[in-house]
Amino acid sequence: MAFYVVQFLTGLASAASLFLVASGLSIIFGVTRIVNFAHGAFYMIGAYIAFTLTERFSGAFGFWGGVVAAALAVALIGVLVEMVLLRRIYHAPELFQLLGTFGLTLMVEDLVVLIWGPDDLVGRRAPGFKGAVDFFGQNIPSYDLFLIVLGPVVLGILWLLFQRTRWGVLVRAATQDRDMVAALGVNQKWLFTSVFAVGVFLAALGGALQIPRDAVHHAMDLRIIVEVFVVVVIGGLGSIVGAFVAAVLVSELNAFGILIFPKISIILVFLVMAVVLIVRPWGLFGKPEAAARKTPGLTVNPWRPLTSNERLASLAALVVAALLPLFAGNYALTVGSEIAIFVIFAVSLHFLMSVGGLASFGHAAYFGLGAYGVAFLAKLAGLPMIVCLLLGPLLGCMGAAVFGFFAVQLSGVYFAMLTLAFAQIVWSIAFQWVSVTGGDNGILGVWPASWAASPSHFYWLALGVAALVTIALRIAVFSPFGYALRATRDSVLRSEAVGIDAKRIQWTAFVIAGTTAGIGGALFAYLKGSVFPDNLGISLSVDALVMVLLGGVETVSGGVIGAIVYKALNIWLVSQTDLSKLVLGGFIVLIVVVFPKGIVGMLEVLAQRRRKSSPPGSSLLAKPIESAE
Amino acid sequence: MRARNYIVGAAFALLAAGMGHSALAEDIKIGEINSYSLLPAFTEPYRKGWQLAVEEINASGGINGKKLVVVSKDDGGKPADAQTAANELVSSEGVAMLTGTFLSNIGLAVSDFANQKKVFFLAAEPLTDAVTWAKGNKYTFRLRPSNYMQAAMLVEAASKLPAKRWATIAPNYEYGQSAVSVFKKLMSEKRPDIQWVDEQWPPQGKIDAGPVVQAVAQANPEAILNVTFGPDLVKLVREGNTRGLFKGREVVSFLTGEPEYLDPLKDETPEGWIVTGYPWYSIKTPEHDAFLKAYQAKYNDYPRLGSIVGYQTIKAAAAILAKAGSTDTDKMIAAAEGISMPSPFGEITFRKIDHQSTLGAFVGKTAQKDGKGVMVDAAYKKGADYLPGDAEVEKLRPKD
Repeated sequence: MAFYVVQFLTGLASAASLFLVASGLSIIFGVTRIVNFAHGAFYMIGAYIAFTLTERFSGAFGFWGGVVAAALAVALIGVLVEMVLLRRIYHAPELFQLLGTFGLTLMVEDLVVLIWGPDDLVGRRAPGFKGAVDFFGQNIPSYDLFLIVLGPVVLGILWLLFQRTRWGVLVRAATQDRDMVAALGVNQKWLFTSVFAVGVFLAALGGALQIPRDAVHHAMDLRIIVEVFVVVVIGGLGSIVGAFVAAVLVSELNAFGILIFPKISIILVFLVMAVVLIVRPWGLFGKPEAAARKTPGLTVNPWRPLTSNERLASLAALVVAALLPLFAGNYALTVGSEIAIFVIFAVSLHFLMSVGGLASFGHAAYFGLGAYGVAFLAKLAGLPMIVCLLLGPLLGCMGAAVFGFFAVQLSGVYFAMLTLAFAQIVWSIAFQWVSVTGGDNGILGVWPASWAASPSHFYWLALGVAALVTIALRIAVFSPFGYALRATRDSVLRSEAVGIDAKRIQWTAFVIAGTTAGIGGALFAYLKGSVFPDNLGISLSVDALVMVLLGGVETVSGGVIGAIVYKALNIWLVSQTDLSKLVLGGFIVLIVVVFPKGIVGMLEVLAQRRRKSSPPGSSLLAKPIESAE
Repeated sequence: MRARNYIVGAAFALLAAGMGHSALAEDIKIGEINSYSLLPAFTEPYRKGWQLAVEEINASGGINGKKLVVVSKDDGGKPADAQTAANELVSSEGVAMLTGTFLSNIGLAVSDFANQKKVFFLAAEPLTDAVTWAKGNKYTFRLRPSNYMQAAMLVEAASKLPAKRWATIAPNYEYGQSAVSVFKKLMSEKRPDIQWVDEQWPPQGKIDAGPVVQAVAQANPEAILNVTFGPDLVKLVREGNTRGLFKGREVVSFLTGEPEYLDPLKDETPEGWIVTGYPWYSIKTPEHDAFLKAYQAKYNDYPRLGSIVGYQTIKAAAAILAKAGSTDTDKMIAAAEGISMPSPFGEITFRKIDHQSTLGAFVGKTAQKDGKGVMVDAAYKKGADYLPGDAEVEKLRPKD
């Protein structure tokens, strides 16, 4: 019995650390609607700075003072980031801020190694909380008890702050309806900045308090960020109590789950999230999001098919690309094939995101399923390459059909997180089912048939498929189906009023996007000759998001350019510099500031302006857009 | 849409710029790939190690009079990126051979690439037995003692312990799984009386140490096998110390004696764990003294195991190239099979039968000295003594 009590308390201590970080993220999201990918980075910097301070100043005062000072210092960095970077992009399309904070995270990962060195750092134990308390023969670390108390105390302080201060009232009001708060004359700028500072403070405090338990190292951020997001979503976005309950739920399920299934930790949080979201679409304590008040179509350039000149230009670009084998070497061709494959992947997500308004955080699942489909057919069934390429993507299609059915019942960030949960479940199956998938050692030896083996042939194959896929999806955008899909994106109510079955249309779009991603994955398996669980992983899903956002989510084919720029730059930087993450992150941040509509989106705006100054006929089109800005 | 042309053009221009280098024709180039950005704690000393080797080789006249150049790439910890890097090294840098890699899945991905493209690959670090056995191929050689060898070394010491009830803690991925299964198999062969009472599989890098420690303690084992390393090990040791998990229990642990993983533990270092590792401070052989002196003179820092691996990888590559007298792949394979060479740990041989080197490891016990973790009673175990017989190896390895 004593054992179960102690195991419960241990779970509570884990929950407390998780809650500190999660509460900060929840507050920031609730008010600013920023999906703050850099939250983990702030957590990590908190730990690093606290390590330095507590090493320098000894004693109880030095330790606790150091922890608090570190959190304050990081909060200050947070304020700086908010004012310099985020303020410029609040009005950018949804999720664009994710791109900016992603860039920051990349930079921080290299910076901490530059500043603090590559070794894992182990900090001091907390003065006064070094030992353990005996509980019927079981030991409970006293620091755990401290954390168990701290969690509810922070919850209480936050509750008081939100319920009993004017600032808290404003924050709650903004969480519910920020346009209304702005209309009432509240200075949103400072409200957002202060909320961001509080959120970052909590993240950094959470990091600093890990010093006595953890090692400080440069991958701490990624270790926690996804888990924290999941906790926030399970609890319900913007709900502090929800975050607390979710943290306790996840931690306790883990503490007791490992007693029965020792391998459960790897997937537990995602299973819990999937179940919670299917049963309660807005999390345990969340409320349905208020309907957006913006008029659909105002901020977006009206879409139109390419003019015949533009078609010729695109065709010329394709011809130029197809001529590459005449003057480029094998390496450039293989990189070219990889880029073409990522174009397929990016346009498939772009279709879902920009046309359907459904941002998937787990799109790599269908890419990876396509790749595994090919690997199974080629290695287990021994089928020829053509057959594998045609049938392999069907696995992606089936995955998208099953998961998409559940996912499209939700919307917004909840949709995104459910897709993430499904992707992680697929990933963990690939990772754990060693006898079939080879586990993390993957499936090797999936090389192309001789007709496609030479780099130039494979390049033409990949380029051809990429071009076909892009054209097919463009045709879909301007088909009746595409218009129906855009209607569900812009106004669910109105589209339903005209008789569109929104869920069915969105589900179809999800399956199309998943199948297309599967085609990319199938080619990828042959390009690399092997398939690994990485092909389904979070980082690949994030890459896809970044490519789409970089290209411009409000454009028709921004994903193409986003994929080319991001992938080419990534491969080149990794090859050329040891600080590729720092440079790539800096580049992304720069793009975010300079091109808040993405690269293609910005080019379109420039083109509009130029057209406006030329013949009057075309300026008619541009006017309403200008006035909306 | 005209802009699309510019951007496509710019992207390819960027690529073309990346392919511009070409070394002098008489240089010999080796391609090197590792997870520099993902695992700097191991790969930074590793890089220093191979840079020292390159310097020494060129100072003593290069390879048959030709200068050795190492072109190094980061794989970011992803197999797909490692293949991109391998392709760049082979196709556009024109390297004579590939070396490096840390993670097992990346080692396998590059080995498969080497097999497909008929390129010589000297794997430095990946520990999985599959590299030389189940998925071995004629183009791939490996330097470090494999999972099997390290498990065999540990079992030799562990089987002498009186403990009968054993529990295991290992990261939930291929390395952890195969380390545990080999250890269990070899251990149960020597000691049929042993019971395996609990196993814990925390996700790599994400151990929730408190519940794991409690769960193991609840099973009340007499001895524990640990396979976690890096930050996970730190958390496990800290929780275990506070909760008294290690009190009165024997612990056998993979890799924990390597400075990369032992040094961060400082005054939390547990006493008396049986570990594999690298006690650079207590190795007194002329070969190692020479290496240590040169390393400390160049970097003003002490070597980690990564330094040894990096150093010996390039030394081995140079020895193979010198013996082959050519950069022809088949000649290099012929030269590498059975080649013997000196190393800081004494003479090693790359076996013809499975392309595994006989580099060994030190087995000893952990202890604390002046608030720092050290390995004591360490003895060098020669790799050749801990490999299965030829008949068994032939069964494990596919025919070329």
